[in-house]
Amino acid sequence: MIDIVMPQMGESIVEGTLTKWLKKQGEHVERDEPLFEISTDKVDTEIPSPAAGVLSEVLVAEGKTVAISTVVGKIDEGAGNGAAAKPAAAAVPIVAAPVPAAAPVATPAPASKPAAEIDQPEGPLSPLVRKMAREYNIDLKQVKGTGAGGRITKQDLESYMSAQGARTMAQATPPPAAVPSPAPVAAPVQPKAPAPASAPAAAHRARVEPMSTMRQSIAKHMIISQQTSAHVTTVHRVDMTKVAKMRDKHKAEFQKQNGFSLTFLPFVTRAAVEAIRAFPILNASIQDTNILYHQDINIGIAVALENGLIVPVIREADGMNVTGLQRAIVDLSGRARSRQLRPDEVQGGTFSITNFGSFGSVFATPMINQPQVAILGVGMVEKIPVVVDDAIAIRSQCYLALTFDHRLIDGALADQFTAKAKQVLENWSEEL
Amino acid sequence: MMRACEVRELGRLSYGDALALQNKLVAERQLGRIPDQLLLVEHPHVITQGRNGHEENLLASKQILERAGISFYSTNRGGDITYHGPGQIVGYPILDLREWKRDVHAYVRAIEQTILDTLLDFGINAGRVEGMTGVWVDGKKVAAIGVHISRWVTSHGFALNHTTDLSYFQYIVPCGLTKPVTSLQELGVKASRAEVTEALVRHFGRLFELETVELTETK
Repeated sequence: MIDIVMPQMGESIVEGTLTKWLKKQGEHVERDEPLFEISTDKVDTEIPSPAAGVLSEVLVAEGKTVAISTVVGKIDEGAGNGAAAKPAAAAVPIVAAPVPAAAPVATPAPASKPAAEIDQPEGPLSPLVRKMAREYNIDLKQVKGTGAGGRITKQDLESYMSAQGARTMAQATPPPAAVPSPAPVAAPVQPKAPAPASAPAAAHRARVEPMSTMRQSIAKHMIISQQTSAHVTTVHRVDMTKVAKMRDKHKAEFQKQNGFSLTFLPFVTRAAVEAIRAFPILNASIQDTNILYHQDINIGIAVALENGLIVPVIREADGMNVTGLQRAIVDLSGRARSRQLRPDEVQGGTFSITNFGSFGSVFATPMINQPQVAILGVGMVEKIPVVVDDAIAIRSQCYLALTFDHRLIDGALADQFTAKAKQVLENWSEEL
Repeated sequence: MMRACEVRELGRLSYGDALALQNKLVAERQLGRIPDQLLLVEHPHVITQGRNGHEENLLASKQILERAGISFYSTNRGGDITYHGPGQIVGYPILDLREWKRDVHAYVRAIEQTILDTLLDFGINAGRVEGMTGVWVDGKKVAAIGVHISRWVTSHGFALNHTTDLSYFQYIVPCGLTKPVTSLQELGVKASRAEVTEALVRHFGRLFELETVELTETK
């Protein structure tokens, strides 16, 4: 049962008048289909249904004015035609815009507390030595001083730490070799540990900095993805010459008309949508022992931020042409960078695309954005010599790298999918 | 970077044709196929009723309207009943508010501001009246507003009386309010329709942070 609530249509708006139910009680409604109309001021607004199912209860009659967030009716998803369940909310990859003011709780500030627990030896200590002892949590009683009058010097601390490091290396945690994840796998410095567990090299010169909320969220999500999916990547080389020509031809005009430039990304997105249509399992999720085929194609686009990454979602991307997709990409990435995305704009993705080519990467092996089952990585488009009909020609080429979840998708299918996207791009026939 | 807005000056166009064009453009805007739009149009005599319209605010029978050459439409916009006709500058912005502000009140206030700033260019000090959306000059309404929003895309809009024959308002209680109406002409403004339109587009672009591009093709 899903609650239908009176939405807030603006900052200053506290109530709305329900002017018309567009569906009757007991009637079936699709998700996003207009369900009722509200009126505030001189504005009438159609409100789309939050879910697919049957309008089982109408709690607010036409003409009644109620406060925002009031439940106006209920939708019974179970009574729908199976299109119901969507793990949208569960799919939150990274929540937008962590407030920088919020102090991260995880790593205690190294400056204060541990210092009190360290027994100080007799005699004077230089501020530098005190600071180092605090930062690396060293019990100074264990350190032999070689300075004037047995004073502990910086060199004493360093040799003590490397000796400790050498001793603890043997029983230290195994190196994270098996995990080629970009996420920071190694544990951060732990001030509580009795002996400095960190490797000697790190002990020499390191700065402790707490991870931002977003960084922690990315780290957690990457590891969950690594542990959930059986990641395999397949790479196809794609001839982008036709798309490049199309883009060159329309570039200036497009910029003039729309106020933003035309990139390769919407072409690839469009091709991915076509490939998803041909192979819908790439747009699925795994739920226990069931396969959840999502009916909407909602494409997440990875956006690099100054200190992190976020994946806003182009909803119902299959309804858009290249211009519409480019518009959505510019809008979402712009607002991602200015931290103006709403939480629901990073939820509900069913497939993702990451454009590492814009940073010069030729190909990479992206990580799946859970609970999706595939992600398409787009390498840099560059002119290179290739053999065409036994002659060497200069063509625009790029690599498409598809990482797929081998639990659900076999290699042959993944290659068919990628080949379909390749075929769309190489034989580009659509208008912008 | 400014978002683009296509401005279409449609000239004289029937209410029904303009409505059909609006509906088509709204659907395309929702799909992201086109940028924001501002339609500018002058309707032949027509009386339209909003979703919250009260039949009693129509003062003439449909037969009388027919004889006077006035058509009648029930629409899905906000607001009550209103009149459109020659000499009126009607604007239909089709904007995706998600790209501006997700706030319908802010939207209506910005439409009012567009008209207020335009009138100021011609020396008219107009204002708002609390609880009565529209633009007012000394207790008389010079511009009416009625809006529809679907998936954050706007339609319908505003009607500014420029050289409107105000006697046609006798057939209705405009917006359900027993308040008089006025026009720029009545207020002593001599400026041409083109001059007023130019100012409207300019202020509209500024207030909504849009780069306005005139579309020359007709329809």
